[in-house]
Amino acid sequence: MQPILEMRGITKTFPGVNALENVNLEILPAEIHAVVGENGAGKSTLMKVLSGVYPHGTYSGDIVFEGEARKFASIADSESTGIIIIHQELALVPLLSIAENIFLGHETAHYGVINWFEAFKRTKALLDKVGLKEHPNTLITNIGTGKQQLVEIAKALNKKVKLLILDEPTSSLNETDSNALLALLKEFKAQGISSILITHKLNEVSKVADRITVLRDGMTVDTLDATRQEVSEDRIIKAMVGRELNDRFPPRSATIGEPVFEVKNWSVHHPLHADRQVIKGVDLVVRKGEVVGIAGLMGSGRTELAMSIFGRAYGQKISGEVKINGKAADVSTIPRAMEAGLAYVTEDRKTFGLVLIDHIKHNVTLANLEGVSKRMVVDEAAELKVANKYRKDLAIRSSSVFQTTVNLSGGNQQKVVLSKWLFSGPGVLILDEPTRGIDVGAKYEIYGIINQLAEAGKAVVVISSEMQELLGISDRIYVMNEGRFVAEMPAKQATQEKIMRAIMKSWEG
Amino acid sequence: MTDISSKAVESTDILRFVKANIRDYALLLSLLAIMVFFQIATNGILFTPLNMTNIILQNSYIVIMALGMLLIIVAGHIDLSVGFLSGFVGAIAGVLMVTNPFWPAELRMGTLPTVVICLAAGAAIGALQGWFVARFRIPAFIVTLAGMLIYRGLMIAMLSGRNLGPFPSSFQALSNGYVPDLFAFVAPAGINLFALVVGAAVTGLVLWSNWRSRVLEQAHGMADEPMTLFFGRNALIAAAFLGFSWIMANHKGLPNVLITMFSLVALFMFITTRTTFGRRVYAMGGNEKAAKLSGINTERITIMIFAIMGALSALAGLVYAARLNSAQPKAGQGLELDVIAACFIGGAAVTGGVGKITGVVIGAFIMGVMNNGMGLIGVGIDWQQVIKGAVLLLAVFLDLYYKNKG
Repeated sequence: MQPILEMRGITKTFPGVNALENVNLEILPAEIHAVVGENGAGKSTLMKVLSGVYPHGTYSGDIVFEGEARKFASIADSESTGIIIIHQELALVPLLSIAENIFLGHETAHYGVINWFEAFKRTKALLDKVGLKEHPNTLITNIGTGKQQLVEIAKALNKKVKLLILDEPTSSLNETDSNALLALLKEFKAQGISSILITHKLNEVSKVADRITVLRDGMTVDTLDATRQEVSEDRIIKAMVGRELNDRFPPRSATIGEPVFEVKNWSVHHPLHADRQVIKGVDLVVRKGEVVGIAGLMGSGRTELAMSIFGRAYGQKISGEVKINGKAADVSTIPRAMEAGLAYVTEDRKTFGLVLIDHIKHNVTLANLEGVSKRMVVDEAAELKVANKYRKDLAIRSSSVFQTTVNLSGGNQQKVVLSKWLFSGPGVLILDEPTRGIDVGAKYEIYGIINQLAEAGKAVVVISSEMQELLGISDRIYVMNEGRFVAEMPAKQATQEKIMRAIMKSWEG
Repeated sequence: MTDISSKAVESTDILRFVKANIRDYALLLSLLAIMVFFQIATNGILFTPLNMTNIILQNSYIVIMALGMLLIIVAGHIDLSVGFLSGFVGAIAGVLMVTNPFWPAELRMGTLPTVVICLAAGAAIGALQGWFVARFRIPAFIVTLAGMLIYRGLMIAMLSGRNLGPFPSSFQALSNGYVPDLFAFVAPAGINLFALVVGAAVTGLVLWSNWRSRVLEQAHGMADEPMTLFFGRNALIAAAFLGFSWIMANHKGLPNVLITMFSLVALFMFITTRTTFGRRVYAMGGNEKAAKLSGINTERITIMIFAIMGALSALAGLVYAARLNSAQPKAGQGLELDVIAACFIGGAAVTGGVGKITGVVIGAFIMGVMNNGMGLIGVGIDWQQVIKGAVLLLAVFLDLYYKNKG
């Protein structure tokens, strides 16, 4: 059978990183094809190449769709051939109606005047196809995420879709909605529409996928055919994580002492939807000199947990208690949490970590200006000394401490953020994705800093989506999924398979 | 041979440095160019002692408010209410000090309590606006637009549409008074020696502090301004200060309001560059989320900057009322536009996080000299507005143009 889509030898590089290396993907007509892989394996990048988000010329390799070589310059280009992608974050306008959203940009109009009757009629037909019983004039904001997902699909159908790409479509859906969505994919298949399903949930993959392509570190490692014989989840997991651990992590010799940081029964609700509980009764203990890892998939609630503990920077209706050095600590505002000895190094350094238009010196002292000032007047010489010290200690590669942080590389920006928090003198550090988007050399240096912190007797919590990294630097690992800690294991006994199984099991149970 | 090449190095250094700091130099050069142009166009009237004094008096309230406005804009907000707030406070002063139907004559207040009450009222009103912005996240544009309408209405209501005046002479002195010549006993006739002495002292102080910070920078290996430029720049500063004090000395000496304005400029330079508070305002404007996550109480800072703005608006309103010697129902109208324009001409960024006090002062004087000069050569109010608008647009356009070009 002639494939409907062939991606051959796709290579895409970002400065310093090979995001995709010689990736091949082949989709047959009327097939549900799952693309799986760990966070950062290159799934999203591959789909962005396919849909024209990264236009032709920014990658190398060929895309052949329906027997023709395609050079997509934009999303509009790929959509016009019938390749439609539905992103994890839905691209619907909340305060417009279902009909308005479906026809957004393709209005049923003559000379700019919209024929609403026509739009209404066609919307109704499309909604019937996806099995959504809502009035076309209902506002998007008034329907749930599952139904919004269906609207997105109806929108795709309206564009005469031939290949539907779904990026984590069920990540925010409950069981019933997920099943309905998967059933819909099967129906499309019967009508001859192919789908690419990107997902972490391997039970869904075994339910619907005809074939499975596994990506790891930006490379295709395996394509499994489920039509001939059943593919077990274990087989997929092995392909996803199967690589050797080598000594990419510096050794550490910290002695682990008494518990210094304890969180009990921590619960948090979503900041906008008060009835949605995001964190559900989490218990966490970190001992002196210990590095504790929190593993989990994106959206499992790790960042939300950390930020809600750090001065309620996230969420509402927060309950639970925090103890530092055995005493109840007040962490109700960020200044109080800092006073209690907490520091939170954000996962998004550009949005939450740095004042990008300002230079290194000002960023380093931002969280502890009192440390370099007397009676509200900044002592410039003392400040310069502090900044230079951290620049040297953490090897921040820059022309001077007066270099604007926007011009630094990701790794050096991360070191500036770390410097800021080190200078605030915390006893407990929560590092959220401390090595995201930085190169291998800088990662090794960051691991070294984490080790030094532990050796200096601090309690360190590391949140990371790279399981290998967690296994390499932690003493103990909590596994988080859907707002709960679903497993806890000493790092020595932990493996990536075990962590993955714990996550899968929590979904099934 | 070596001599020539080292000179070549020096001149490329100068070019590179000027390029890197083009914005600051362009601003200063624009002010100079505008001054020279009007000096010629007005046949030398611009720099006469009388006219220079006038420029100071006419622009003092703009500069005073622009100082606070810079903080607001750097923090990423805007305050549209400053014009009518200043007028409203002027009206309060009028009611407190001058006869009013609701205010028995025996309860009339003196200058000092009036000034204190007015400044406190301004600060309180500003803080209230800041509270709405910080606590409820209502855009400052909306809060201060509402304020603008409210203060205007209150002002007209308090004055019942009439002028209230005259003020006691001690109050008028806020704007129209001069520092007496302490050295009159030795001064030559017609020369205010005190003005010269103060001018020389301030010049010395500025040069000394520039030199000190250069030495400090050199000690840390970060002085990148070429020597020639440093001396050239400081020679210009000295010439400007001394020339200015000479002009003042030839008239009635130093106006009180000049002293007020100058002290405030110095204070705000200190606040913005040296204090933790100033640093936090800039950090907040640069990235509010990062500032907040670094433990900075952004709500409190927002309230504080609006309170400062309110107090400065009040002060400006008092100076304005003192200058006109009456509280008028049209006072302060449109001043907010000149104040905001001064900030943006002076290089403050619309997106927040960027702006300097020196820039804003120069920006205010660019506006002021243009107002004065155009008035002198007989450009009508209508065309003055057109030209000022064009200058504002051009200044911001050039700023962004050079920024995008890198």
